[in-house]
Amino acid sequence: MSARTMFEKIWDSHVVREAPGEPALLYIDLHLVHEVTSPQAFDGLRLSGRRVRRPDLTIATMDHNVPTWARSLPVTDEISRRQMEVLARNCAEFGIPLFDLHSPRQGIVHIIGPELGLTQPGMTIVCGDSHTSTHGAFGALAFGIGTSEVEHVLATQCLLQTRPKTMEIRVNGRLPRGVTAKDVILGIIGTIGTAGATGYAVEYTGEAIRSLSMEGRMTICNMSIEAGARAGMVAPDDTTFAYLEGRPCAPRGADFERALAVWQTLPTDPGAHFDRVVEIEASSLAPFVTWGTNPGMVVPVTGRVPDPSSFSDPADRRAAERALEYMGLTPGTAIQDIPIDRVFLGSCTNSRIEDLRAAARVVRGRKVHPRVRAMVVPGSTTVKRQAEAEGLDRIFQEAGFEWREAGCSMCLGMNPDILRPGERCASTSNRNFEGRQGKGGRTHLVSPVMAAAAAIAGHFVDIRDWDFED
Amino acid sequence: MEPFIRLTGIVAPLDRVNVDTDQIIPKQFLKRVERTGFGQFLFFDWRYLPDGQPNPDFELNHPGYRGATILAAGRNFGCGSSREHAPWALLDYGFRAIIAPSFADIFYNNCFQNGILPVTLPEETVNQIIARAKERPGYQLTVDLERNLVEDSHGLSVPFEINPFRRHCLLHGLDDIGLTLQHEAEIAAYESQRPPWRPVTTGLAVSTTRTDQ
Repeated sequence: MSARTMFEKIWDSHVVREAPGEPALLYIDLHLVHEVTSPQAFDGLRLSGRRVRRPDLTIATMDHNVPTWARSLPVTDEISRRQMEVLARNCAEFGIPLFDLHSPRQGIVHIIGPELGLTQPGMTIVCGDSHTSTHGAFGALAFGIGTSEVEHVLATQCLLQTRPKTMEIRVNGRLPRGVTAKDVILGIIGTIGTAGATGYAVEYTGEAIRSLSMEGRMTICNMSIEAGARAGMVAPDDTTFAYLEGRPCAPRGADFERALAVWQTLPTDPGAHFDRVVEIEASSLAPFVTWGTNPGMVVPVTGRVPDPSSFSDPADRRAAERALEYMGLTPGTAIQDIPIDRVFLGSCTNSRIEDLRAAARVVRGRKVHPRVRAMVVPGSTTVKRQAEAEGLDRIFQEAGFEWREAGCSMCLGMNPDILRPGERCASTSNRNFEGRQGKGGRTHLVSPVMAAAAAIAGHFVDIRDWDFED
Repeated sequence: MEPFIRLTGIVAPLDRVNVDTDQIIPKQFLKRVERTGFGQFLFFDWRYLPDGQPNPDFELNHPGYRGATILAAGRNFGCGSSREHAPWALLDYGFRAIIAPSFADIFYNNCFQNGILPVTLPEETVNQIIARAKERPGYQLTVDLERNLVEDSHGLSVPFEINPFRRHCLLHGLDDIGLTLQHEAEIAAYESQRPPWRPVTTGLAVSTTRTDQ
């Protein structure tokens, strides 16, 4: 057989049926379900008298609109509460395991899959959420789907998919100090644009990617969708296998050896063809800060807010003008002169234990700027407990951060955690769209260490100039 | 699903690039558990001023575009969140076809699941359509899926490409799930040879006790 990419190997091994002129029918190994994009899918099943084909390959959690404080009290937002109750009823009716608000395993859907060891190399994973690409960090083919497709997977455990093209994004060399996985992906999106990978499954390769932890790889794959990609992936290696071994759902004993033998065949063969290759030098990357209303509107922390007239394309120029008006920014302003009101450390992009440890190292022994309200929302209850066992909660709270329960929280502001109109936030999340964190709220995307430093200083600072334990 | 064969209707221009699904349907409206009734919230934060009055500067509020069934927009339409509430809102508002130079993947797929035809045309053609709709509110187009053509009564006639399977399903209003279930034997055969060590979720959650209203 000719040389194949990792994507092609996983795709080929999941085709149930292929016919000329039709999308392929792919088998789905794991279906993740949450409260916001599933109720209409379960309704559809009931209307047509269909069952869930494989509840044993399906898992549900509550994450998008859960409150992040006072969990022992009833949920005060009645519509949110109803959505959670509907999920609980649907899971009970169709036999799907559910981590509800009080489960010790509750958390953001893209945090709990990996931490349970459910996310494994070579799998196909879907969820009614665009950040499903996160799971690609394990060498899985993982992507977001709509609610009709959620219903399709529930009913058939399969999905009709048109084969995407393949793209390699190679990050050469080692990352400079203070430059994190978040900066790598912001740099990539800034380079190729928010539609730069539309129609492609992306594989991230190169020394900078290989040297990242699983947490860092997840951050990069997570934001693949912000470049338009269908999926983002990293080949599994010893880092991956070491992360997986011993997790609750990882194979054990002889099964682990069998699985390992298969996982080791997954990486892209030498000489395999990608439809497009993008190369980036790690040494050219810096800590990044977004200035506009999509993740491609980004500059290094040492940069300035751009002048819309510098954009050659008229549509881009108008978009930049609109963005600056919304963001309340003036062209030419130094990024480090922008004062902030809020800091959000959380989201499926950056709320894993490693993210919290890194931010805590910056915060330790310092105080949040008096004007700033800062909060930490761990990605899962497991992450929260681990962080508490390590004393990170005390470091954050002594500095003046709020320490919350797990959920999506202010990444999309479906729960009470939102910005007020005009408030400016340094956020470790993934989208700076208009109104994303609250109507009129202004979001700047940054890495966890950059967010932590901004909380202390009250404005953006270059983390490379800070004295902290790396 | 309602079939899509041929549609003649008013074009509403949305001359913006990278319109994300957070703008199409803001998150505060995602808590509903129904598929219907989202049209009133379409483009909510752009459509309404903070005091709740319609924003006169927003394109869709122009009386000339009332009753529009075709939306013409800039490139990368529907980027961001996978929320199918976006096409539900567009459909509920009255749009059956969306014309843009490019679409985000998940949104594009979601359209077909709801009987909405996303039409990809060259950027200069879309710009021309947007310009005509802006100059003459009430400007109409015909989107013909049987002939893969977009036409107006002023000589514009442009072919478009579309996946033949998706076209077939839209023309006949076919439901994907019904089609896939016809391949039960192939699905079962695939399942029988899956590696047994692949993970299962059984027993992970303590209980899924029924909570009554």
